[in-house]
Amino acid sequence: MASLQRVFGKNAAYLLIGPAAIWLAVFFLFPMLSLLTTSLSDPATGSPINGYTLTWRIGNYVEALGDYWPYMARSLMYAGIATLMCLVLGYVLAYAIAFKAGRWKTVMLVLVIAPFFTSFLVRTLSWKLILADNGFIVNTLQTLHILGEDGRLLATPFAVIMGLTYNFLPFTILPLYTSLEKIDPKLNEAAADLYASPFQRFTKVIWPLSLPGVVGGTLLTFIPATGDYINASLLGSPNTQMVGNKIQQLFTTSGDYPHAAALSVILMVIIVAMVMFYVRRAGTEELL
Amino acid sequence: MTRLGSWIGKHLMLTLGILVLLYMYIPNFIVALMSFNDSSESRNLYQFQSFTWDNWLNPCEPQGMCESLRVSISIGLLSTLVATIIGTLAAFALVRHRFEGRSTMNLVLFLPMATPEIVMGSSLLALFVAAGFGGQLGFWTVLIAHIMFCISFVVVTVRSRLAGLDSNLEKAASDLYANEWQTFWRITFPLVFPGILAAALLSFSLSFDDFIITNLNSGTTVTFPMFVWGAAQRGVPMQVNVIGTLMFLLALGIVIGGELLSRRRAHGKASAL
Repeated sequence: MASLQRVFGKNAAYLLIGPAAIWLAVFFLFPMLSLLTTSLSDPATGSPINGYTLTWRIGNYVEALGDYWPYMARSLMYAGIATLMCLVLGYVLAYAIAFKAGRWKTVMLVLVIAPFFTSFLVRTLSWKLILADNGFIVNTLQTLHILGEDGRLLATPFAVIMGLTYNFLPFTILPLYTSLEKIDPKLNEAAADLYASPFQRFTKVIWPLSLPGVVGGTLLTFIPATGDYINASLLGSPNTQMVGNKIQQLFTTSGDYPHAAALSVILMVIIVAMVMFYVRRAGTEELL
Repeated sequence: MTRLGSWIGKHLMLTLGILVLLYMYIPNFIVALMSFNDSSESRNLYQFQSFTWDNWLNPCEPQGMCESLRVSISIGLLSTLVATIIGTLAAFALVRHRFEGRSTMNLVLFLPMATPEIVMGSSLLALFVAAGFGGQLGFWTVLIAHIMFCISFVVVTVRSRLAGLDSNLEKAASDLYANEWQTFWRITFPLVFPGILAAALLSFSLSFDDFIITNLNSGTTVTFPMFVWGAAQRGVPMQVNVIGTLMFLLALGIVIGGELLSRRRAHGKASAL
């Protein structure tokens, strides 16, 4: 690489970064602009095949928000609950791997990632079987009277939130593991020497030091979970549809690009605002 | 009380961790089980009927499934190749060079990972339509999209490997009269290679598994996840579970094989010394 430096001087860095920069500018940043102009176009005068012309029609946003705000609220709620569940489950597993797994560390880490090579959709479909009305889990819960006679799990918010939790769990575990792994076990021992209880050691030593992982992991879970519609489609019902379902329907079935684009932009703005607020509060700005 | 506390600290967390891990494997277990399910007798595709080898012996029986698999594998390999090359170059630039616009580039690389897929997919669709390609969606538009979302993950993976590299090794090589080219190919590249390999594996799995972005930009092209999605409305053929299980075993084989190889190599080098 240094020889490149000699031939091209200061431009070597730009030669290396160029392809990635161009690709992302043309196929990521530019499309965002395109989304913005589509969201401000008149749905009546354009079509998905011929394109749309920008008419600064703010009304798309008012209509999209007015018609579809329940989907937006549901997405944020489901994703929020799923993220909290991922944090609890993920913390336990990441902690066990980082501090308790010993020489099995690498094996357990591989085992965390391995299930994800079976297609996402195929795995989500298998939850349909597990949560089925005549399945083992529903029958057991009915026998225990936790679930009513004709109570069910499938097609309920529970199934959708469970699906989201399951699908995005590794996204929580990996950043958590990375920051837990960096913690020097000696700090924990020192706290124990100073008569800190296990609970105090966790709240005063381990948890604060793992905060970058907590912030990173929850973001990597919350963001994709909010936009997801696969779990809501496969495990839910029309009453549990999320904003992703609506955006997708507006694009593919209705062909109403301007409203779909407006809804996408609203989702992006809400997520960016929440992320900024969250990262500020957690005080881990170096993450970005 | 303290003994109980320390016992809990020692074993409870590990037990709970293993329970979480088992939870993550429930679907894989069900998928493997259903790959042996004989579904010919019954219409209920979400229940195990009876054991059969048929699905494994005739994996390509469902119409269109293996074609979709071929499409997914070609898109996966091509996008992995391009994204890994572009991303690795970018990682070298970011770790080894100080240049104007470096922090902007870091932000631009971070953004695709922080954008919901539905937003990325719909913005690309909006671009293709605005550029007049609305009627030509297919293999190439999907490929472009996959390369786009893989690049960031490649850069992050290779960058962390490169940043953790001991630069003294390169200095030692040049002290021993290796020229820059030799130093790069004999020292730097082999040390970064595991990171590049991990990035390639990650890219392939991201591309192979992507549904949301692909679905919006594929036109009439059908990838494997899209085949599964379409079949889910009617009832998924059991062969889908065969493919799922095969992919899982293949990935596990690659990872374990790689680990064993690197251990044996490390061992061999240690005994050679």
